[in-house]
Amino acid sequence: MPQTLIQPEFKVKIDYDKCHKCGRCVQQCGWNVYSFNERPIPDDAKCRACHRCVTYCPARCITIEKNDLAFRDNDGWGPALRKSVWRQAETGGVMLTGMGNDKPYVNIFDHLVLDACQVTNPSIDPLREPMELRTYLGRKPDAVAVEPDGKGGFRLAEELAADGWLDKNIQVDTPVIFSPMSYGSVSLNVHRSLAMAAERLGTLMNTGEGGLHADLYPYADHVIVQVASGRFGVDPEYLSRGAAVEIKVGQGAKPGIGGHLPGEKINREVSETRMIPQGTDAISPAPHHDIYSIEDLRQLIYSIKEATDYKPVGVKIAAVHNVAAIASGIVRAGADYVYLDGFRGGTGAAPQIIRDHIGLPIEIAVAVVDQRLRDEGIRHQASIVAAGSIRSSADLAKIIALGADVAAIGSAALMALGCHLCQGCHTGSCSWGLTTQKPELTRRVDPEWGAERLVNLVSAWSHELQEILGALGVNAVESLRGSRERLRAIGLDEQTCKILGVKPAGM
Amino acid sequence: MRYEPLLERMPTTRMPAFTDREAAFGLERPSYAAEAPFKIHGGCGLTGICDESGALMSGEVAIRAMAVQRDRGNGLGGGYAGYGIYPELPDHFCFHMMYHDTRAKEDAEAVFDSYFQVDLAEPMPIRRVKGIADAPILWRYFLEPDPHKLEDSDMSAEDFVVHAVMLINSTIEGAFVASSGKNMGAFKGVGFPEEIGHYYLLEEYEGHTWVGHNRFPTNTPGWWGGAHPFTLLDWSIVHNGEISSYGINSRYLEQFGYKCTLGTDTEVAAYLFDLMLRRHKLPIELACKALASPLWSEIDRMPEDEQALMRSLRAVYGPGMLNGPFAIVLGFNGGMVALNDRIKLRPLVAARQGSIVMVASEESAIREVLENPDIVWAPKAGEPVIARIEGFEQPIHGGLHLPAEEVSCAVTGTAEVCETVGVS
Repeated sequence: MPQTLIQPEFKVKIDYDKCHKCGRCVQQCGWNVYSFNERPIPDDAKCRACHRCVTYCPARCITIEKNDLAFRDNDGWGPALRKSVWRQAETGGVMLTGMGNDKPYVNIFDHLVLDACQVTNPSIDPLREPMELRTYLGRKPDAVAVEPDGKGGFRLAEELAADGWLDKNIQVDTPVIFSPMSYGSVSLNVHRSLAMAAERLGTLMNTGEGGLHADLYPYADHVIVQVASGRFGVDPEYLSRGAAVEIKVGQGAKPGIGGHLPGEKINREVSETRMIPQGTDAISPAPHHDIYSIEDLRQLIYSIKEATDYKPVGVKIAAVHNVAAIASGIVRAGADYVYLDGFRGGTGAAPQIIRDHIGLPIEIAVAVVDQRLRDEGIRHQASIVAAGSIRSSADLAKIIALGADVAAIGSAALMALGCHLCQGCHTGSCSWGLTTQKPELTRRVDPEWGAERLVNLVSAWSHELQEILGALGVNAVESLRGSRERLRAIGLDEQTCKILGVKPAGM
Repeated sequence: MRYEPLLERMPTTRMPAFTDREAAFGLERPSYAAEAPFKIHGGCGLTGICDESGALMSGEVAIRAMAVQRDRGNGLGGGYAGYGIYPELPDHFCFHMMYHDTRAKEDAEAVFDSYFQVDLAEPMPIRRVKGIADAPILWRYFLEPDPHKLEDSDMSAEDFVVHAVMLINSTIEGAFVASSGKNMGAFKGVGFPEEIGHYYLLEEYEGHTWVGHNRFPTNTPGWWGGAHPFTLLDWSIVHNGEISSYGINSRYLEQFGYKCTLGTDTEVAAYLFDLMLRRHKLPIELACKALASPLWSEIDRMPEDEQALMRSLRAVYGPGMLNGPFAIVLGFNGGMVALNDRIKLRPLVAARQGSIVMVASEESAIREVLENPDIVWAPKAGEPVIARIEGFEQPIHGGLHLPAEEVSCAVTGTAEVCETVGVS
C-alpha cells in the first residue's frame, strides 16, 4: 500500500549547473528537505515553500514551484478538501496548522475606499504640517471637570486629578501595537526584537500567555502582560511589571479553543518563564476555569486591578457572532480596553477546521462593537484594539475609521522578521527561527536586526497613515477614529453596508 | 389635472416658493430636514461685532461688514443675529417665525395661544428688495410661557420654550422657528446678506452684539430655514468652513443623545458647544481648546498643571475635536466668541476699537466698519477671541436641562427624531 495518497505541494528545483555544492541549503532548511550526496538532493514532500534556502543560496540556483497536479474538476471537492480526507484517513487526527485563515472569504477591507479633500476643504501636507498619531489607550471619564486655579485660569477639578485616570491610560505614539505572541510559541529573540521595537516606536508589545522573560524587564513599560487560561508565568510581580494586564479569553484563529505547547518546546528558559516543569506540555484550557460568566470576569478584572494598584486591564476576545453584546458586557465589567481578534488572525497552532470556519471578520466586529458601545453611551469607557489580519496602512486607516482606537499586528510583524506564511509554526521547525525553540534556528534572528525591521515597518505604516490623514484633511488620528463618513463601500451588499455603517460609493 | 400647466412652469431645481397660492394648488410644503441626507459642502463669509460696554449699534454695521464680503457667498443664503435689539420687551421670548402659508401660521399660533401668553404678535417689518424672492410669511411673537402650563409642565421656562420650538418644527408642516431667544433675533433667508439685511430693515434695530453670515453652498438649493445663523434659545452660530471630522463628531454627539439630522457642520458645532458649555459646564475658553485642540507637541511643553488639563481635554474630547478648516462665531446674550481651526485653514481677522471687538473673514469688513481700530490682528489657530459684556454672568441660559435629543429635535424639527422622544 502507498504510504500516502498526498502528493507534495511544491517542487524544489535546483539548477545544478549553477549550484556551488556548498550545502548551505541543507544547513538552512529547518524542515529537513535536503540531503547531501555530492550535491543537495531535495525531498519535495517536506518543502513548505518558506524560501529560506532560496534566500540564502549563494548561487541563486533554487526555485520552488507549485506542484500543480491536475485533479478532475469538482467545485464541491477542491484539491484541498480531497487532501484533507486522505490525510485524516491516514492519521485519524485533528489537522493542525499555523498562521491565519487562508480561505477566500470576502475581504471587506478590499471593498472599502477612503475619502480625500478637493476644493471645498483643503488636504493637508504631512511633510509641512503637524500630523498627530498619538493615542491614549484606556478608560476616559464622562467629562472633564475643572475648577478655577486661583490665578485667573483653570485646572482639573481636584476629584478628577486625584483619580489619576490619565496615568492609567497608556500613551502610544502611533496607533499600531504588536499582538500577543507567547514566548514558547515564538523564540526569545523574537520577543526581544518586539520589545526593543516597541520601546523605540513608543508603542506596546504583548507577552502572550507565556510569561515575561527576565531579559525583557527593562522594556516593561512597553509590554502588555497577558493572563490566559493556563495562567503561565503569572505572579504578582509579573502583573505589576507591565504597562497593562490583558485577560485573554479567546483568539481569532481559534475561538473557543485552548492552547497546547508541546513539551519539546519547553526548554529550561521557557520553563522558568512559564513557571512550569521543563519538558511538560503547556496546556491552556479552552475557558478560564474561574470565568464561567460575565460576573466572574468582573471579579477577575478587579482582582487584577487590586493586585496591581489599578493598572489598566484589557480583555481579549475572538470576534464571534454576538461580539457586540459580549464587548459591552466586558466594558461594563470594568475593562479598560477590549481587544477584538478577527477570524483571519494568526496563530502558532490551531486546528485547521476551527481556524478556517469559526468567527467573524475584524471589520464587522469593530463596526458592531463600536456602534453598540456608542448606543449604550459607554464608548469612552474603553478603547478598542483591533487585530486579525491588518495587512497594510490602508487596513489600519480603514479599521480606525470603522471605530478602532489602535490596531495590533502579529502576522505582519513576524513577516517583517522573515516569516513567509508557510503555516508551519506548530511544527517547531521554523527555518526563519521565529516559531521554534531550537537554538540552531532561534539564533537566526538577531534582535537588533529584528527591532530595526519592525521599527521600519511600523514607521512606514505610520508615515502612510499620516499621508492618508492629510488627504482626508484632518491632522490628528482622533478625527479619523470612528469617522465612517470617510469610508465608502464598493461591491458590498446593502445589509453589510448597514452593519458597517458605511455608505456605498456614490452616496 | 387642470393645474398641470402651472406645475410645469414651476422651476424644478429649487424649493417651491412659499406662497399661499402654490399651497392651494397642492404643491408640497418644504421639508425643513430637506438637506439632511447629504453633508453640505461650501464656503462662506462671516462677521461678529460686540460692544463690551453694552452700548448699542445699528444693524447697519453688520450689513456693511457683510456687504464688502459679498464675493464670499453665492446668493443662496445670508443672515444675521442681533442681541439687545428688543429693549422694550427684553424678558419675553421672541419667536421669529417663517411660514409657508397661512394654514401653517394658524397652526403655529394655536400652539402659541395654548401654551403661551402672547404679548405682541406682528408681521416682521420688511421692505421689498431686488434679488429677494420667494420669501415665506414672516412674523414675530413676544411671549411668555403660560404660568399655569409652565407650572404643570414642571420645567424651566427655557425647557418649556425648547419644547414648543420642537413641537412647531416637528409637527407643523411649513412652519419654522428661526429664533426663540430673549432680547435677540435671527434674520435670515435666501439672498446675498446685504439684500437680506435691507429686506429685514436691519438698520432700524440697535444691538450690542451682531453676527452676520454669507453662504456659498455648493450642492444644495438654498432654503430660508437653512441659512445661518443657526440658533437655539439665545445662542446663534455662524460658520465658515467644512468640518472634515464631521463623521466622528456626529457619532460622538449621538452618544450623548444628539441626532445630527441637518447634515450641516454648523449643527455639529452648535451641539458641541451645547455639550461642553451647558452639560459639562466647561468655561468657554476651555471648550474652545477642546474644539480646536493645541498640538501634542505644544501640550508637552506646557507647565505641569496646564498639561494635565489639556491632555485630559484632548483625551476625553478628542472625538469632538473639530478638524478641518473652519472659522466660527458663537453669539449669545452677553457677548460672542470667535474661533479658528487648529491650523488656521480659514480666514479670521479680529480687531478692537475701544470697547468694540470685531471679527470677520476679511479685514476689509473691519476697515469698513471701524474707523480707527486700536489693533487689528489675525487670531492664531485655535486661539478664541472672546468678547464679554459687563453685567452678563452666563454666556447661555442657565436653567435649561432638557435631554439632548429633545434639544436637537427642537432645532432640526424632524418628525422622525421627535417620534423617538415621544412628543405628542
